Parts: sequence; C-alpha cells; structure tokens
Amino acid sequence: MTQNTQAPAPRTAPGSATAAPRGLVDVRRRPSSWTGLWFVLPFLAFYAVFLLWPAIVGFGYTFTDRSLAGGDVSFIGLDNWSESLTDSDMYDSLWNTLWFTILSVPLMVLLALGMALLTDHARRLGWFLRLSFFAPFVLPVTVMTLIWGWMYNPSLGLFNGTLGRFGIEGPEWLFSEDTAMFSVVIATAWWQVGFNYLLYLAAMQSIPKDVYEAAAIDGAGVWQRIGRITLPMLTRTTALITVLQLIGSLRVFEQIYLMTSGGPNFATRTVIQYIYDSGFVGLRIGLASSMAYVFMVLIIIASVAQFRLFSRKEG
Amino acid sequence: MATSTPPVARTAQGPATTPRPTVPRRRRWSVGAVALYTVAALAALVWLVPLLWAFATSVKPEGETTVMPPTWLSENATLEAYASVLARGDVLRWTMNSFITTVIVTVLTLVICVLAAYGFSRFDFRGRPALFALIIGGILIPPQTLIVPQFVLMTQLGLVDTYWGIALPQVVAPVFVFILKRFFDAIPRDYEDAARLDGAGPVRVLWSVILPLSRPILTAVGIFTFIGAWNNFLWPFIVTNDPEMMTLPVGLGTAVGQYGIQYAQVMASAVLGAIPLLVVFLLFQRHIVTGVAGAGIKG
Repeated sequence: MTQNTQAPAPRTAPGSATAAPRGLVDVRRRPSSWTGLWFVLPFLAFYAVFLLWPAIVGFGYTFTDRSLAGGDVSFIGLDNWSESLTDSDMYDSLWNTLWFTILSVPLMVLLALGMALLTDHARRLGWFLRLSFFAPFVLPVTVMTLIWGWMYNPSLGLFNGTLGRFGIEGPEWLFSEDTAMFSVVIATAWWQVGFNYLLYLAAMQSIPKDVYEAAAIDGAGVWQRIGRITLPMLTRTTALITVLQLIGSLRVFEQIYLMTSGGPNFATRTVIQYIYDSGFVGLRIGLASSMAYVFMVLIIIASVAQFRLFSRKEG
Repeated sequence: MATSTPPVARTAQGPATTPRPTVPRRRRWSVGAVALYTVAALAALVWLVPLLWAFATSVKPEGETTVMPPTWLSENATLEAYASVLARGDVLRWTMNSFITTVIVTVLTLVICVLAAYGFSRFDFRGRPALFALIIGGILIPPQTLIVPQFVLMTQLGLVDTYWGIALPQVVAPVFVFILKRFFDAIPRDYEDAARLDGAGPVRVLWSVILPLSRPILTAVGIFTFIGAWNNFLWPFIVTNDPEMMTLPVGLGTAVGQYGIQYAQVMASAVLGAIPLLVVFLLFQRHIVTGVAGAGIKG
C-alpha cells in the first residue's frame, strides 16, 4: 500500500515528459560541436563490432559454401537462398514458430491482465501476489525447463500422478506430437507472463484514484469500474504488451529446445533452432545465414507493421 | 489471512491522510471481497506449485521421488541431494562464471548506454539524426539471428571459452539508449544551466545533475540487464565448450544428463540455480515495479 503513496521526487521528471514529448530535434540545443560524438562513440564502437559487422558478414556468408569445419570457401551465388526458400523443413519450422506465437500471445496477455486486476483489487495480498506471479520470470530458462520437464513426466510426474489419483490417464505432454506444443506454451506462460503482469500493474497504479472514487460515489460496482474505467484506460498498455509479446514469441527458441529438442518428430522445431541446427550441427554457415536473413526480414516486417498499428492507435 | 483485521476500507484511494470520505464505507468483509481474496490467494498458490514441487522433490530421499501417486511431504526429508550436487563443485563454478560475466555485461551496458543517451539528448553534432536512426534500427534485429557470424567473429578474436567472449556481444542494447534518451530529454535544462554557470563541464553535468535525477530508470535498466544476462542461454551455450567456462543456465542444461534418474538431485540443482536471482528479486522488488512504471518498455 505504501508503494503508491510514496512518489519519489525525481519521478515527476519522466511524468512531465510523456505530457510533452520532444521531437528528435530540439530548438534549444547548443550549436554543433564534436562533444556529443565523444559520448556516443563507445556505444557506436560496440554496436559496429558486435552487431553491424556480424550482420554484414553474415549477409556475405549467404553467397558462399563456407563451413564451420573450415576448408575452402567458394562463391555459390544464390544457391543458399533458393535452398532455404524452397526447403519444406524451413516452412515447417516457420509454421511451428507462428503456431507457438498464435497460442502464446493471447494467453499471456489475458493472463497478465487477470493477474494484475486481482493484485490491484486484493491489495492486502499485494506483496504475496507480486511475489508469486513475477518470481518465475527471474528463473534461468534451464531451471524452468528442468522443473516443468519433471512435472510433465508422463509416468512419474506431478500432473499425471495427480490425474491418476482420480483414475484419469494423463496425456503424454511433451512426448506426443499432439500435445507437445501446448505443453511448451503452458510452461512458457508460467515462466514469462510476469513481465506483462508488471507492465499492467504499473499502468493500473498510474490511473488516478479520484476517477474510481467518483465512480464509487455514483454507485458503480467492481465490474462496472473495471469495464468502464480500468480496461479503457489500459488500451495503450494492452497494445504495447501485445506488440512486445508478439515479437518475443516469434523469437522463441531456448525453452523449446531444452524441453523437446524440437521433437517429437520435429513438431516443435522453431526457426531459430533450425538455423542453429544448420549452422552448428550441420556446419553449413552459408545456409544457416540465409535462413537467418529470411527470418530477420520476416521479424522486421512484423515488428514494423505492429508498431505502426500501435502508434496509429496512440495518435 | 487476516480475518481478524476489522475495517476493510478498500482503499482504492490514496494516502491515509485523506479525510474520511462522506460515502458510507462497508466495515465488514463483503461476500465479494471474500471471494476476491480467495480467488487471488488460490491463483497465487497455483502459480507457486512448480517452485514448491521442485523444492519438495529436492528434499526427498531419491527412493521416494518416484512414488505414485505423488506425495508432497516426505517423512524422511533430507538435504542429501543438495550435498551430492554441491559436492560435484560445478554448480558453484558456474554460478561464479555467471556472476562475473553478468557484472561485466551490466556495468558495460550501463556505461555505454548512458553516455550515448546523454550525447544524443544534449548535444548536436554532424550525423546525429542518422546515427540515432541507425541505432534505433538495431532494436529490430533479433540477436539470435546473428549467432553464426558472431561465433565466427569470436573464433577469430580467440574469445571462445572466455568471459569476454561470453559478455561482449551481450552488451549492445539499442533499446536502452532509446529509453534513457527519452528519460534524459525530459529532465529540464534549467537544472544543468545552474551547474554550467558554476563552470561544470559536460561530464560533470552528467555525473552531478543528470545521473542523480535518473536513479529509478538506471536501477530498472540495471536490474533488467542483470536478469537478462544472468539468464541468457543461447549465446553462452554457443560460445562455451569447456564445462569450466559455462554459465549457470548452460551448465545446468548440459549436466543434468549425468544425474540420470536421480530426480531429487536434478531438482536440487534447479533450486540452487533459482536461488541467486530470487534473492536479487526479493531485494529489489520495489525498484523493479517502479522502474517498469518509469521505463514502460521491455529490454
């Protein structure tokens, strides 16, 4: 409860920022000099070496038959590109990635909203709810997958053991093509929903309290207050969370790789894993790079489209 | 919980100093409130089940871990599994590796992002808009798509299986430059004008004026960089082969095979792997929530 009442002084600065955003160019800026560049330089150096350079070099690889095992490298034109664009395994992994995204985004937005609403209303439990809902987010991916792999264990795990108590034979979870993706999505939601929850919670706490008081005086019940005040005022936050979750879900790899290795029968192999498999297992750097570029372009298109949609709503 | 606590002035409203409103307040738990609290408490408990189950398994003797139907409490609770895992020594080694690389990443990220954001926020220079656009464009590139050329680069630099090799490629975070610049932009220039009149140079202004005013956002960026770097799996997984150099997530992922079907040990190692950041989270809980409110964007 004390969290809300205590508004530390510096916080007013960002508050006023959102009220009057500055453009990229500021009129009051001092005349041009080299000083600014010195400050920007260290970041630029890292950016150039570890991001731009690999991106350029990777693009170069796509036209070669370079192997991670070494050996002669020769220029092979667009062969890698045509191979990755016609490869049915590539499309399968793209579909798996998309399917994961379709399943996880709505779930992780709605769950976060529900949790934040509960926390916002059940204030006396605040610390306990924040602890429970956010704690999984700080777990290393391996810890998460170890725990869930153990619970999902078809014959010895908690889930099927509990179901067995009621005479129900549980599913195979991660070991069946039909259920593996759902199982991964559930575990991912448990693990990562905490961040969306936090964003929702922060947004809810910034809604002015007098709005609710006025509504309460007018006799609005809890549901009316949620439906007529909270949700409408969260529209921007919801859009933001959806965009971030979408981009995050499209980049999925680690937890699936650790839980199923992409199986059973490649039913959960994602694009990133396919890139990894081609480059680091198949040792074909060129092919892996062209796949990476196909995927990067798709992600950038999706991100830009989402951000445009989102900023239009905002404006 | 506290059914004995009488007045439930459901404070949808702020400070305790506010005069009691004229609206009649319910003084007892209403049915709705009881239902709400029950649902909330149950949801939180359900959400804790995986953690509790991991812990419950980790303190069982191995023989009891596979008893069906599962039992939560063992009468023969033991720390044997922890002793076995710790005796191998590698978990501690990986924790140290994670700690070293994470500190490098966090410190470097904060320093170069703050400097860049300050440069972009307060100075004009040739090529500034183009450079800023270039950096912002980097937000769109998924780092995972660069693993192959990054690995080749690290091989050429001889940084495979080194702390720098693990840390350096994780340092570049264009999104933090963006967030910090937005925050710095919002700090009124009048504050610095006074300092500048006193003869403070740009570095001094950054250190004595800007940074103290930016504490919440710096804490948030720091915490999220720390969590991200600590939990990063893919890059450390690729750039380390030597088990001695692995970070905690990578080490746990590759070593579990050795434990075979000793589930208590597997869960004990999971719990050990969870503890460092759970502690960080408990210590910084408040800052995480307020920081997100200030930043509003994922790293």
